[in-house]
Amino acid sequence: MKNIYAQYALLVLAFIALPFVVDAIPFLGPTWVRILGFAMLYVLLALGLNIVIGYAGLLDMGYIGFYAIGAYLYALLSSPHLNMTGLAEGVLNWPLWIIIPLAAVIAAICGVLIGAPVLKLRGDYLAIVTLGFGEIIRIFMNNLDQPVNITNGPQGISGIAPLHIDAGAWSYASGHAPDAILSLQTKWSLFGLQVSPVISYYLFFLAVVILAIILSKRLEVSRIGRAWMALREDEVAAEAMGLNKRNLKLLAFAMGATFGGVSGALFSAYQGFVSPESFTLMESIMVLAMVVLGGMGSIRGVVLGALILSIMPEVFRDLVNWVQPFVMDNVTFISREVLRNILDASTLRMLVFGLALILVMRFRPEGLWPSSRRRAELHEDESEPLVPAPALDSTVEHVEPATAEFRLKEVNKV
Amino acid sequence: MDANLSILLQQILNGLVLGSIYALVALGYTMVYGIIGLINFAHGEIVMVGAMVTISVLTMLAGFGFAPGVLTLLFAIMIAAVVCMLMAQGMEKFAYRPLRKAPRLTPLILAIGISIFLQNLAMMIWGRGYKTFPEVVETRPVEVFGATITNIQMSIMIISVVIMFALWVLVDKTRLGKAMRATAQNQEVAGLMGININRVISATFVIGASLGAVAGVMRAVNYGQADAYMGLLLGLKAFSAAVLGGIGNLFGAMAGGILLGLIESLAAGYTGQLTGGFLGANYQDIFAFLVLIMVLLFRPNGLMGERQADRA
Repeated sequence: MKNIYAQYALLVLAFIALPFVVDAIPFLGPTWVRILGFAMLYVLLALGLNIVIGYAGLLDMGYIGFYAIGAYLYALLSSPHLNMTGLAEGVLNWPLWIIIPLAAVIAAICGVLIGAPVLKLRGDYLAIVTLGFGEIIRIFMNNLDQPVNITNGPQGISGIAPLHIDAGAWSYASGHAPDAILSLQTKWSLFGLQVSPVISYYLFFLAVVILAIILSKRLEVSRIGRAWMALREDEVAAEAMGLNKRNLKLLAFAMGATFGGVSGALFSAYQGFVSPESFTLMESIMVLAMVVLGGMGSIRGVVLGALILSIMPEVFRDLVNWVQPFVMDNVTFISREVLRNILDASTLRMLVFGLALILVMRFRPEGLWPSSRRRAELHEDESEPLVPAPALDSTVEHVEPATAEFRLKEVNKV
Repeated sequence: MDANLSILLQQILNGLVLGSIYALVALGYTMVYGIIGLINFAHGEIVMVGAMVTISVLTMLAGFGFAPGVLTLLFAIMIAAVVCMLMAQGMEKFAYRPLRKAPRLTPLILAIGISIFLQNLAMMIWGRGYKTFPEVVETRPVEVFGATITNIQMSIMIISVVIMFALWVLVDKTRLGKAMRATAQNQEVAGLMGININRVISATFVIGASLGAVAGVMRAVNYGQADAYMGLLLGLKAFSAAVLGGIGNLFGAMAGGILLGLIESLAAGYTGQLTGGFLGANYQDIFAFLVLIMVLLFRPNGLMGERQADRA
């Protein structure tokens, strides 16, 4: 038991040390620390989606919508945008401890609102409807710049304040920003070690992720978590056991949405800029791929999947940029235009995501690092014969003669 | 008033053209769903491939000096349809067939994967930008009560009606159609009756893909262009149409497609007026989803579906 805790502590220490190491390596540097920060946000998103898909078995394809809600909420409440469009008196500067819980609560409410009408639907309908909701949210964000400019349309909102704590003014007159008491944007030192803003963000996100992992784990083994899994495996049986299907499913949606909302708010502060482009269907699919690749319902798997799929594209990009001139010079049998399309980093990335989804589902549906229970569930049918068992009333006619004889003897004994 | 009326007529005509394209795509979804209960997410990409291959073949033929004309177009469409059919067959054989008995989420996520994969593969082959559809047939506008419709749009409607009729004959009158219906009702029993289920399911995919290829070409001709992204949204809308009509029901898919086209076209034309300029035509894309959500809420079996919602 102690050993396990020691292992966890070591792992956490390794993750804390990681950005300092990466920062020190010359060809990685702060750019890569920044990527690690985004990776943490993706882990948070994937953990949230894991609750909805992995635990409760509800395929939510519009998950990025909650991320968008959290991000836009933070952006609106702590950037000069609403002041510039004349919708707010001063520059809004709501305190952190209000915005982030608010993002969580509003995302959860949206989760319930989106979940409520689709509860009766089965898995595949649910996927399409949630996908539709996700798109609707994005289309609204793209178009709500008129007649009243709320989201600034496709240009997005910029000038978003970083994560900080100040004296507590909820808004200030334009140009008179209050001094921050504590801000992740300032440098500080830890035992003589310089900690740059990107590293501070990373550490903060890491703390949130650890909290989310603990929360996920507690949820998984709780009464609610077990109820979700029962619903996932067999709704009818679960209901017969007295589980409240409606409330449980809504709770799963709300819980997942909460993670998404918080992650979105953090993303907004980290990036300092949000636009609808960050919340496309492709992002939803990317988070889905993370959960599926790692293993639906397995926390360690999902974390692994999120880390792989958020860091891999960046490696890819570097690799492609490095390979591209070389290939361009030497490959002559394919037209240059086609070659440029093939070596496009973002296309390659999505191609690999698609391929990952296909291969994982086809050959290893339990994911790379599944929880032992899920693995057992997905492979239990392998021991069964491929031919379905004959229905009960027909068994008698098909019994082998020897067994039939045996049965007759048994009957005779009685 | 008269001008308003002809605008209305114009919107209805546009809706009918759009709707007949949706209907053809929706048929592909509904046939596959009816027979194995899977939303073939990749069907939209097949439609896209149909359009792109046709454009490529036409460009190539023009390069060889073939005269543009209806025959050239038909030849190109045939090649595209064959490509799409082969793709659909491969997809069924290597991806969906081994997973036929797997939990429902597995083939669905696989289908999403195929869709993403094909979309990006198409982006590699044809690039990210638009491809314009070569003008192989001369476009002539026809005036109908103040509204205009081109000869191409008219042929889109006529051809899709003919195709739908042919499909109905196939499903209702032929041996293959009978086998398809039997398989849809109960695969195991159909197998016991001597029907080769694998072949029937494969045929369903292939027929759906050929309809999809034709629909893709129609969409490309109608807008004069096609791109690698077109399949996704078109597929989702067509799926909504299939659900609207009652998934698994052929006539439902046809009616749902045309109805959705009309709804979309009218809504796009009039939301501005109805909401006092608050919401404009840029919200056009959300109507399909709204319709889908409404149908699923209030009539999950669709307009013509008799099937129980949780059987299929």
